[in-house]
Amino acid sequence: MMLAWLISMLLLAAPSPAPQAEEEPLDIAEIIFEHIGDDYQWHIFSWGEKHVVLSLPVIVHSSTGWHVFSSRRLEHGESWKGLKIDQETGKIVEVDSGKRPFDISITKNVLSLMISSLLLLVIILCTARWYRRHDVLKETPTGIAALMEPLVVMIHDMARENIGEKDFRRYSPYLCTVFLFILLINFMGILPFFPGGVNLTGNIAITLVLALFTFFTVNLTGSKQYYQELFYNPKIPVFLRPIMPVIEVFGALMKPVSLTIRLFANMLAGHIMILCIVCVIFIMAKYGPVLTGTMSVVSVLFGIFLDALECLVAFVQAYVFTTLSSIYIGLARAHEE
Amino acid sequence: MFLVTMILEAALGAILGKIGAALCATIAAFAGGYAISKIAKTTMESIARQPESASSMRSSLIIAAGMIEGATLFAIIVCFLTLVL
Repeated sequence: MMLAWLISMLLLAAPSPAPQAEEEPLDIAEIIFEHIGDDYQWHIFSWGEKHVVLSLPVIVHSSTGWHVFSSRRLEHGESWKGLKIDQETGKIVEVDSGKRPFDISITKNVLSLMISSLLLLVIILCTARWYRRHDVLKETPTGIAALMEPLVVMIHDMARENIGEKDFRRYSPYLCTVFLFILLINFMGILPFFPGGVNLTGNIAITLVLALFTFFTVNLTGSKQYYQELFYNPKIPVFLRPIMPVIEVFGALMKPVSLTIRLFANMLAGHIMILCIVCVIFIMAKYGPVLTGTMSVVSVLFGIFLDALECLVAFVQAYVFTTLSSIYIGLARAHEE
Repeated sequence: MFLVTMILEAALGAILGKIGAALCATIAAFAGGYAISKIAKTTMESIARQPESASSMRSSLIIAAGMIEGATLFAIIVCFLTLVL
């Protein structure tokens, strides 16, 4: 009954889509890509027409040498010292040739990476300080050590289970670091305000580097047994000897690729979904107040649900990355038993 | 018969690409959901049979679901690239 009344009110009150005022058409794709992509300025918030923006330093080595300047000089398509921001890709190109210079600017992603690393360092060092000052056998941890202890113990036990009793202690620091780092970056991506809100794990370069860390840890510290199973395994029949190395090497290369894509796609998809749901409010803004109000309520509720789901996915993806890394390390450290 | 198909394809080229990409993303999501539901079903039954080993089954569930979702998301990313590029 209430539902029927609500639907009839909506149908009566929704006019045809006519823009209320002279405003530019809403480009949802641009809004979404602006939020999930990298940028030379960090847009913190807008107050009406006034934009509060952090203009980050640009450090490039173009054909005329090194240039370090604030990205405010390149706002609104201006050019400075023969460099401008290309409108399509959003990256700095030289004005004359259109080629990319050697670009090591502090962009939004780089600054967020530095802030997250610093935050993680502070958290871990404070936790370690508690353990230095108190005897853990006599008192239970309090404060930040109580927050970190279940996480670190979980990863340490997972390392012991997957790598084996003998040499898991060598790899446990790496696994704990990668787990806490991915977890922290994922959570910072869900926060909508400064210093969070940057889509860091949704950037394939960052997840690729993390997967390459696992790849190098696995392959540079592999035991003789591991390399033997890769290339020349005396136990397999002779007619399989030509193709098994190919399959095994392909498998070893696919492991970091799958780690990369899994983390990257999960985080990117989550961010895009949340952004789409919030953009629904802005799309509905030109359909009249009733529809906007109703869809805003729906959008906010669904957005809260998606944010909660994102928290779960953040934890699960960090856990799966770490578990798979520990399994690969365990397989590489297998000894002839 | 084929002339009509060719003319339609030329006219609707971009839109057919978008329809194909969206359809394939749906199929990938459905396949991933179906696969993960199968392992979830088996995990629930196993935990009901042996509740004391529930935690190891839970971690196997999470790992298997993560790997299946990795494959699903390969397909989703390809569809997304087709839509955008």
